Amino acid sequence: MMGANPKLDPIRGEGSGNGSRPQPSYKVIGTRPIRPDGVDKVTGRALYGADVRFPDLLHGKVLRSPHARARIRSIDTSQAEALPGVKAVVTGADLPTAEDRFEDLGEGGINLRYLSENVLAHGRVLYHGHPVAAVAAVSPHIAEEALSLIQVDYEVLPPVMTLEEAMAEDAPILLEELRTDEMGERGNRPTNVAAHFRYELGNVEEGFAQADLVVEREFRTQTVHQGYIEPQMATALYDQDGQITIWTSTQGSFSVRSQVAEILQIPVSRIRVVPMEIGGGFGGKITVYLEPVAVLLSRKAGYRPVKLVMSRAEVLMATGPTSGSRIRMKMGATRDGRIVAAEAELVYEAGAFPGSPVGSGAVVLLAPYNIPNVRIDGYDVVVNRPRASAYRAPGGTNAAFASESVVDELARKLGLDPLEFRLKNGAKEGDRMANGLPHPKIGYLETVEAIRNSEHYNAPLEGRGRGRGRGVASGYWGNWGGKSSATAVLNADGTVTLNEASTDIGGTRASIAMQFAESLGIPYEKVKIRVVDTDCVSYNDVTGGSRTTFGTGLAAYELGQKMKAAMIQRLADIWGVSPEEVVYEEMVFSAGENRVTFDEAAKLIERRSTPVMVEAEVYGKKYGPAFSTQCVDVEVDVETGKVTILRYTIAQDAGKAIHPAYVEGQMQGGVAQGVGWALNEEYVYDREGHLLNASLLDYRMPTALDLPMIETLIVEVPNPGHPYGVRGVGEVNIVPPAAALANAIYDAIGVRMTELPMNPARLLEAILAKQAQESTQPA
Amino acid sequence: MPERKKRMITTTINGEEITFLCEPRQTLLEVLRDELGLTGSKEGCGNGNCGACNVLLDGVLVNACLVLAPEVEGRELVTIEGIAPGGELTLLQQKFLEHAALQCGICTPGFIVAAKALLDENPSPTEHDVRLWLAGNLCRCTGYDKIVRAVLDTAAALQAAQTTPTEVA
Repeated sequence: MMGANPKLDPIRGEGSGNGSRPQPSYKVIGTRPIRPDGVDKVTGRALYGADVRFPDLLHGKVLRSPHARARIRSIDTSQAEALPGVKAVVTGADLPTAEDRFEDLGEGGINLRYLSENVLAHGRVLYHGHPVAAVAAVSPHIAEEALSLIQVDYEVLPPVMTLEEAMAEDAPILLEELRTDEMGERGNRPTNVAAHFRYELGNVEEGFAQADLVVEREFRTQTVHQGYIEPQMATALYDQDGQITIWTSTQGSFSVRSQVAEILQIPVSRIRVVPMEIGGGFGGKITVYLEPVAVLLSRKAGYRPVKLVMSRAEVLMATGPTSGSRIRMKMGATRDGRIVAAEAELVYEAGAFPGSPVGSGAVVLLAPYNIPNVRIDGYDVVVNRPRASAYRAPGGTNAAFASESVVDELARKLGLDPLEFRLKNGAKEGDRMANGLPHPKIGYLETVEAIRNSEHYNAPLEGRGRGRGRGVASGYWGNWGGKSSATAVLNADGTVTLNEASTDIGGTRASIAMQFAESLGIPYEKVKIRVVDTDCVSYNDVTGGSRTTFGTGLAAYELGQKMKAAMIQRLADIWGVSPEEVVYEEMVFSAGENRVTFDEAAKLIERRSTPVMVEAEVYGKKYGPAFSTQCVDVEVDVETGKVTILRYTIAQDAGKAIHPAYVEGQMQGGVAQGVGWALNEEYVYDREGHLLNASLLDYRMPTALDLPMIETLIVEVPNPGHPYGVRGVGEVNIVPPAAALANAIYDAIGVRMTELPMNPARLLEAILAKQAQESTQPA
Repeated sequence: MPERKKRMITTTINGEEITFLCEPRQTLLEVLRDELGLTGSKEGCGNGNCGACNVLLDGVLVNACLVLAPEVEGRELVTIEGIAPGGELTLLQQKFLEHAALQCGICTPGFIVAAKALLDENPSPTEHDVRLWLAGNLCRCTGYDKIVRAVLDTAAALQAAQTTPTEVA
């Protein structure tokens, strides 16, 4: 039994009360109010993108390539156009020629030329499901019939489906114009390797020379999808006066606006994006797919609104996914348990166009450790699969699967407890990451301590080593700050309307309204918060990078402070005193004999003074990284290879949990996705590059029956860059699960899994291989 | 070319008799959403794998995407919009809010309809009962923990209310 370290105990968890450390006395922060959009979401009244209806609405459908790689010789749309009920047909020829220019989307970026080519093919198709043409008709069924009347003459080419095929000497070239970005230098020959970069610290050769123990393994992960339950959709209206309105479910309305503007070469001021409720995104609803197509169709169909909604098969074939990868990981440690060197090669699938998350994968890989000698090579490789888009801590799960499995193996071989090993080597403030940047104030060791002190980690596991096992793993995500704009309006009844533009994907209306209420010193119930469209506030970055509660929270804090100052100034005017004489405490403003409650003040100001509306624009640069350490117990059925999760506990540094229930929700949800990635999910293609499992029956995501309750320990090491200490909480939870499960499986049956998903087929194969090996070796 | 001639269907939806026109190829989900404006039932997959379109057909839990609209002639439907008679939130809906059992909310209508069907049939389910019953509903945000707790808590509260009749009034 490990003893608790009283210095490292800033933990709040279910049933663990408020922790022992004195906390600032917040009134709103740390409580668990009902979310503002809650009632609409349990009654079915909340309007998502696909729920948009207009009387003269047309329905669009997209024709997609049946081939993984082909040249388009010609497209004949005449028969489709002649079908009664069809109002417009568009192809890539309707798109303006996009420039070769890089667009930052928040969580990763893309060359605009490729973004355009991904929306509608230009002369070549690069994956099964690549959009080729689109139709708008009076009903979705007629639009679908019209698709079958479009004649496309393809010259089918052999596809490149794997990293090995793509990197072979004689590989077919996907993008004739592509040259390797070789550590900043442009290569001089056609290739499928879009980029190669290197991070280097110290001297790895010397580092490995000091090591008493070296472990080297190669890991593989498959392409997986974000799996949001709401398919992509977009409705657009191109007005006769050239004004465009787009209704869509997106992580970033301003990002949709700029992408559509760039693709269609229309000024942003002519486009209004109305963010509808969003049914999950996880990074996958940042890139536009349908929005520019809906705009084109609307204009061509005589300025009528056009709605496009993807089917689930289209979602799986042509949106998302995140990269499959191959990672070689080598680490060396001294006998006394100090990691002295690490070397890795990360090769990530980009899909059809450059831009895999290999860069962030390389940062996540070793971020939890202070290792003096490091070399990491990263490769971004195009293959005939859909273009990779962001997925919760992009690239991180792949990387941590490799590094945290090797860390586990090192600890075992050194005879050290895996958490002790992490505490010995764990990163602290000021330690440099592989990219050379020092960690700011972080709470990594505190998450390790939280698991080490947890009831779970200290509870005996019956049958351990005989089919049951326990594994731990840690993960890092850097988080992001970004830009936010918001306004707040004081109402005469003492309530406040807060307008913000960060689309609410998991309860951020609540966490933003709570920070505003705390800042202004009013109850949460007095804040009416709305997510507004792109014409209402200034630029606002995407809901991504775990940034919203931090970044838009900063704006909310500032709004609260500004509104307080504005109200004091108005009351000072009314009372004929100086603002310095006005005191605001416990929702009462006073100056000498004058005394009004907050509600009275609101009424008084409306009657006798200038209205109060305040604005805040922030660029949050002091965001705080997140760490998560997780512990899982599994049972492995050695007859079938099936893994059952018996118990799961997460410790995460939230900085400060504004609404603990939604922080727990992020922790549990991230782990559930990580479990799916680890145990079941993968894209299955045939040799010709056809996706074989484009349905939710065959792309097997975890159900309620596949998971136990997921225990949460919220660690709070405040981020000094936020008035309440907030760090982002959304992403890091998906980083450790694959490694934690692999380590638990090893603990259970002594089989080291190096390939995801660890589904029954793969695991059984590994079990049988081990048994065969053991039977040939005399005991 | 598929048959496009529309048929007239009369059915009961959320207690009201409703007559609508539909093509034989239209699903119940399409008619609910696009023709009748009942957009609370969501389409997540269109082939019965996600449960976001769960409705009760003569009291039986079904995926509206797998029912053809003409099949509901003369039958009785309850959708998420009709789950709360009189408009007041049911205890189940209230518990979903209290437990923060939703994040993006797209799967929530389906979960609530499915959980209602479970509690109608089995008022005191175990955790395993709840997980098994709800395995037809996919949620990608929550990891199910808070959803399962909300359903178990609802069952416990309903049971408690039944054993202490004064509290029901």
